[in-house]
Amino acid sequence: MSTDAAINTGVSDDAHEHHDHKPSGFFARWVLTTNHKDIGSLYLLFSFAMFLTGGAMAMVIRAELFQPGLQLVEPNFFNQMTTVHGLIMVFGAVMPAFVGLANWMIPVMIGAPDMALPRMNNWSFWILPFAFSLMLMTLFMEGGGPNFGWTFYAPLSTKYSPDSTAVFVFAVHLMGISSIMGAINVIVTIVNLRAPGMTMMKLPLFVWTWLITAFLLIAVMPVLAGAVTMVLTDKYFGTSFFDAAGGGDPVMFQHIFWFFGHPEVYIMILPSFGIISAIIPTFSRKPLFGYASMVYATASIAGLSFLVWAHHMFTTGMPVAAELFFMYCTMLISVPTGVKVFNWVATMWRGSLTFEVPMLFAIAFIVLFTIGGFSGLMLAITPVDFQYHDTYFVVAHFHYVLVSGAIFSIMAASYYWLPKWTGYMYDDYLAKWHFWCSLISVNILFFPMHFLGLAGMPRRIPDYALQFANVNAVVSIGGFAFGLSQLIFLVVVIKCMRGKGERASAKPWEGAEGLEWEMPSPAPYHTHTTPPEIK
Amino acid sequence: MASSRRLITGLCATVVAMFGFGFALVPLYQVFCDITGFNGNTSNIVQAQTQGSDGVDYSRLVTVEFVTYISKGMQWQLTPQVEQMQVHPGQMIDMEFIATNLSREDQVGQAVPSVSPGQGANYFNKTECFCFNQQPLKAGDSASLPLRFFVATDLPQGIQTLTLSYTLYELPAPEQKAKGV
Repeated sequence: MSTDAAINTGVSDDAHEHHDHKPSGFFARWVLTTNHKDIGSLYLLFSFAMFLTGGAMAMVIRAELFQPGLQLVEPNFFNQMTTVHGLIMVFGAVMPAFVGLANWMIPVMIGAPDMALPRMNNWSFWILPFAFSLMLMTLFMEGGGPNFGWTFYAPLSTKYSPDSTAVFVFAVHLMGISSIMGAINVIVTIVNLRAPGMTMMKLPLFVWTWLITAFLLIAVMPVLAGAVTMVLTDKYFGTSFFDAAGGGDPVMFQHIFWFFGHPEVYIMILPSFGIISAIIPTFSRKPLFGYASMVYATASIAGLSFLVWAHHMFTTGMPVAAELFFMYCTMLISVPTGVKVFNWVATMWRGSLTFEVPMLFAIAFIVLFTIGGFSGLMLAITPVDFQYHDTYFVVAHFHYVLVSGAIFSIMAASYYWLPKWTGYMYDDYLAKWHFWCSLISVNILFFPMHFLGLAGMPRRIPDYALQFANVNAVVSIGGFAFGLSQLIFLVVVIKCMRGKGERASAKPWEGAEGLEWEMPSPAPYHTHTTPPEIK
Repeated sequence: MASSRRLITGLCATVVAMFGFGFALVPLYQVFCDITGFNGNTSNIVQAQTQGSDGVDYSRLVTVEFVTYISKGMQWQLTPQVEQMQVHPGQMIDMEFIATNLSREDQVGQAVPSVSPGQGANYFNKTECFCFNQQPLKAGDSASLPLRFFVATDLPQGIQTLTLSYTLYELPAPEQKAKGV
């Protein structure tokens, strides 16, 4: 096709600028923006800032755990670090990154001119900086910030929590409101703004996975809001939802929390599945194997996510019948997940593979996410969960699925679409360094944690028994290396944004398909102002 | 635009409904636990059951154990008269716990019962229990607290031991409560 050549002719930046009617001035352009691309960029940059903030806290944790004994921080501050690290990474890094990708890519992919509710879109982003400022402020308050774990189990978060808990609750409320508004926007956009001819079963999988994710968000974020509200009233207004002295039940907190918490886990991984399903076919130069089965697998994972929450609570003394029910339901999830993994592998099978950086991250995702899936399957087995519960085995498991799963997919997506966003190719040399450093260090960081957990090292403790010392030192070194590797990514992104690098063509990836590659790079400020034609 | 509005209204209604559902889980959970005995909740409803010589299953002996916990920071003692006894299902048992307030203040306590294993909780029937009421005790005072119970005859065969645990909590004193409001 001649599109690439046509796009790369000398249309200067200024001409674009004039044609695009971008608002001038920082405030009007960014704070008042209703443009889905601007808001998408804001989300992505914000989530990267949060990723580095939460990462810095992880560095504090690993530095303290480098040696046994208490070296650097007070146990109470250590607990605040584990808690806020978790909260920031879940609600501040992974979720906003996905919402950012959704904002940027969904309208472009389905042929819509913008998101359906652009003003709400602006609002749902701009709530976030306030929410996280509040959350981070608590660390400097008297009594410290939240120190009860990101799961804020009662009575830790009610009876024994610091005075700043009210601020924590308010911050979580704001994050919830932001996520719910984002989800409503995604659903309305996908349902109503598809270009004529873009039927549901023609949607790119990233759009499909996000549609299902948005429904999960709408179903469970309000339950989280309810849970934090009950914590708030228990602590400050004398109610007894979770206080046994007043007729409440602390175990009920765990039921309510994990009713939100387990679907939440899939909220953080389903969009990844969509990203990988976009990248693997591109660099295999083959269409995705089993498109329809991918859609149904995603939907069934989402459905099952409501039936498995109590596998987080096997040790709370549930009756055997309930434990078996949750164990089997949990194991059932590996069926649709397996369908996906096999579909990706089948897509690569006999493809003309090339290993550009997005593809490298995507393949690493498949391998490492599958390891995380296997350790999850081990944790699902009730009798052995009693040994693994609350140990580093759990920490290893969820970091494999969240860091080398969700985060790697976000990295893959960034490298894949950075040329489209900025108009410049990323620095391939640095990007490869970023990939290999991340891949090696993430395994040094998290793989030995499996053994620590099996040997009985409990999670969320600032000190440990001497026999864990050597492995912990190795893990910490992996942690520092992984943290530093992400600074390479920062450099790559900044270089792209500042226009240092090769100009990107409209379709920089030979095998890529989709509407986003039919427009110039960078994508113009307004796209699909007239609906595109769908083949 | 009309269909958009309908969709948005529906989605917002779902959000509100799910927020309500979070709170609805509280009574639902309570009812669920009462019916099934999950989580060791003992039912306060005693099923009408014949007692006495014909109602007692003399062929079976069940061990009943009593344990007590005092909530953190509360300076009370709660001691069962016996720590363990053998009972026949259907047999009505009277026993006592001794509560002592070792602190220097008049306090009000509330005991919350739980039966383990949970599957047996619904077969442990208390007809009279100090846990039904609040228990005020002056500083340094002791009181004997009555418990009258029987184990239902249809207790599943697999259960040979029932453990009744009481956790004692301090309630805010009445006058403090009035001041606090």
